[in-house]
Amino acid sequence: MESGKRQKLLGSLFFNGTLLLLVILWTIPTLGIFVSSFRNRNDIAVSGWWNVFPHREWKVTREIDPFAAGLNPDGIMEVEGVSGTFDEFRAGLSTPDGERLRWVGNKRLGRIQVEEQVWTVSWNFTLDNYRQVLGGQNFEFRRPDGTVEVVPGDNMSGAFLNSLAVTVPSTVIPILIAAFAAYAFAWMNFPGRRTMFIMVVALLVVPLQIALVPILRDYRALNLNGTFLAIWLAHTGFGLALATYLLYNYISSLPRDILESAFIDGASHFTVFTRLILPLSLPALASFAIFQFLWVWNDYLVALIFLGGNPEFELVTQRMAAIVGARGQDWHLLTAGAFVSMLLPLAVFFGLQRYFVRGLLAGSVKG
Amino acid sequence: MKSIKTGEQKLSLAAEVMSLIGRVFLAAVIPLVAFYVLYVGFIFLRDSHASRTVIALVAILWGVGGVAVLYWVFNDIVERLPDPWKSRLLPFVFVGPAMAILAWYLAIPTLRTFWISLFDRNGPPEGLNFFQQLTSDSFVGLSNYAAVFTESLMREAFRNNLLWIIFGSTFSVIFGLIIAVLADRSRIEKTAKSLIFLPMAISFVGASIIWNFIYEYRPVGQPQVGLLNAIVTSLGGQPQAWPQWVAISPWNNLFLIVIVVWLQAGYAMVLFSAALKGIPEEILEASRIDGANEFQIFFQIMIPSIRGTIISVWTTIVIFTLKIFDVVWVMTGGQFGTHVIATQFYRQAFTNRNSGFGAAIAIVLLIAVIPVMYYNLKQFREREAF
Repeated sequence: MESGKRQKLLGSLFFNGTLLLLVILWTIPTLGIFVSSFRNRNDIAVSGWWNVFPHREWKVTREIDPFAAGLNPDGIMEVEGVSGTFDEFRAGLSTPDGERLRWVGNKRLGRIQVEEQVWTVSWNFTLDNYRQVLGGQNFEFRRPDGTVEVVPGDNMSGAFLNSLAVTVPSTVIPILIAAFAAYAFAWMNFPGRRTMFIMVVALLVVPLQIALVPILRDYRALNLNGTFLAIWLAHTGFGLALATYLLYNYISSLPRDILESAFIDGASHFTVFTRLILPLSLPALASFAIFQFLWVWNDYLVALIFLGGNPEFELVTQRMAAIVGARGQDWHLLTAGAFVSMLLPLAVFFGLQRYFVRGLLAGSVKG
Repeated sequence: MKSIKTGEQKLSLAAEVMSLIGRVFLAAVIPLVAFYVLYVGFIFLRDSHASRTVIALVAILWGVGGVAVLYWVFNDIVERLPDPWKSRLLPFVFVGPAMAILAWYLAIPTLRTFWISLFDRNGPPEGLNFFQQLTSDSFVGLSNYAAVFTESLMREAFRNNLLWIIFGSTFSVIFGLIIAVLADRSRIEKTAKSLIFLPMAISFVGASIIWNFIYEYRPVGQPQVGLLNAIVTSLGGQPQAWPQWVAISPWNNLFLIVIVVWLQAGYAMVLFSAALKGIPEEILEASRIDGANEFQIFFQIMIPSIRGTIISVWTTIVIFTLKIFDVVWVMTGGQFGTHVIATQFYRQAFTNRNSGFGAAIAIVLLIAVIPVMYYNLKQFREREAF
């Protein structure tokens, strides 16, 4: 009995420990950019973001003038019980009591610094990165030596608005269109119903790459390229098969007698649909809405092709990719920008996680 | 009496004619007004230089409201028709727009893309009919397909995509399964799942930045600000620019594949977790009493009972990795031997403007998903209710 209990405890420790390890592993990447986005520009460039946690760092406590102490850098030098050549001192030599001696400066004029390890944190947080990445105007940056550098802002706020203007209609339009179609498939009889639904099922997994070349030709012919309408329609087209399929599954499972009594009362299909079916299907509409929202907000390829030619309509993902391309080393901007781009999806994700999971389980996977 | 009756009939006839004219008038005016408003909105959106906030708001109102108005208008027109026509046409008002858009954006493009793939870089010459196109100089037959399978960069892309499919899906499934099983018996289940699941909300571009930061490379001697290189150098290793490390090609692709595993494991976990909860507790309890240890339970009971879910998750991630684009495009742009099919498609169709070649690549992608399409259709046919 006693050993069984112990085994159970060990087992629980093993399970929880492994899980915790995996969770930490999965969280560290995001944590890294989150922390970095608030760090000072100079700090990011010279030290890892994990320095915000308590760690030990070498700190200079005092200095020794080697020439006053009569040391000769060309030979073996002995300082505070440690001996070594110039090169060894330059790399740093540790003393028996845990200090470190380091030669700084050149051979003729340098000094020896005595350093000791102290616990420290690098907590020099700022909102400047966000200001610069969001702003559209020039941004003044004060270097540590006092000079002022003017850098252009990255106008993420403009891209953010564009992304909203693309994402909201691209989410609502396919849901509306698909809900009408799903209602017709579920509650109306018409010739070609089965064939049309088979087309929906077949198109579920068709890769959207198949459509890009011909649709771009149409858009050029219609002069639609680079407009909001173009990208809404594209996202509607690419999301519609899945939306119709999911909503059909849901709407066709609604109890038949509710509708029948409405029809007996003389309601038209349109009234039944708007007054009865839409409110009843809210959970299914919400799960698909979250999917489509995340998909469109995070999309890069469709935007690149149908909006790519119009810098005024640049979306968040395009803006971010452009910063990666142009200034891939400016981590203070990249981290802040990445976080701005993640803000809305994360809010939606945490706020509506229940619906999101429900949608996943209903098979919300796009072709 | 008689004459009064005909008078009444005349009157009712006149009323009917009037009401018909009224209906036709309304049926014509309402859509015209609706279309005009939508058109004005479109012109405003296309040409206006108002502030972004205004444009964004108008865009949202116009896009969402416009669709609702269109349905309302068409429904209104059909409702005015006499009854047999009404019930015949109404279903098509409901289902028509969806079918038209699906046909325009996905169904017909498969044929059009195939047609384009038979032509040279400019595609089928415009303004010619079918037979003239077929006999024009631009028609190249299947030679684009020959190029797709022989060009060296394409072969590299196929090889890399194979790595993506094999490692991406396998590791996502394995990690998803491990996490689902562990979380199922843990006290921190909810928090753990949320955190593992969180990357699913992050865009590929965002994820690329996150992982670029982990792989950040600084020359030897400088402080490493990238986590991976900091760990490697503190263990005495050499810092590397991991995804760009061509010396280990093609295995440098694994550093990109990790990103997708990080993103997709949460998805796998959610589905597995739900499936695991569906296994009856008595079966697990009974096998524990029979002396099975946790590993035996995992391999001999859990895995067989959720086999269906494992296969469907696996298939989904395979399709997903087959079309992988953003991660590679942002991380390496396909350099350093990391091209995949979708980046080649983009490069050929849009950077090189070689429509024929790009279309041929898209068709290859389509052919790759046909087994899954076939399976979906088979499943649908077996369902009786429709």
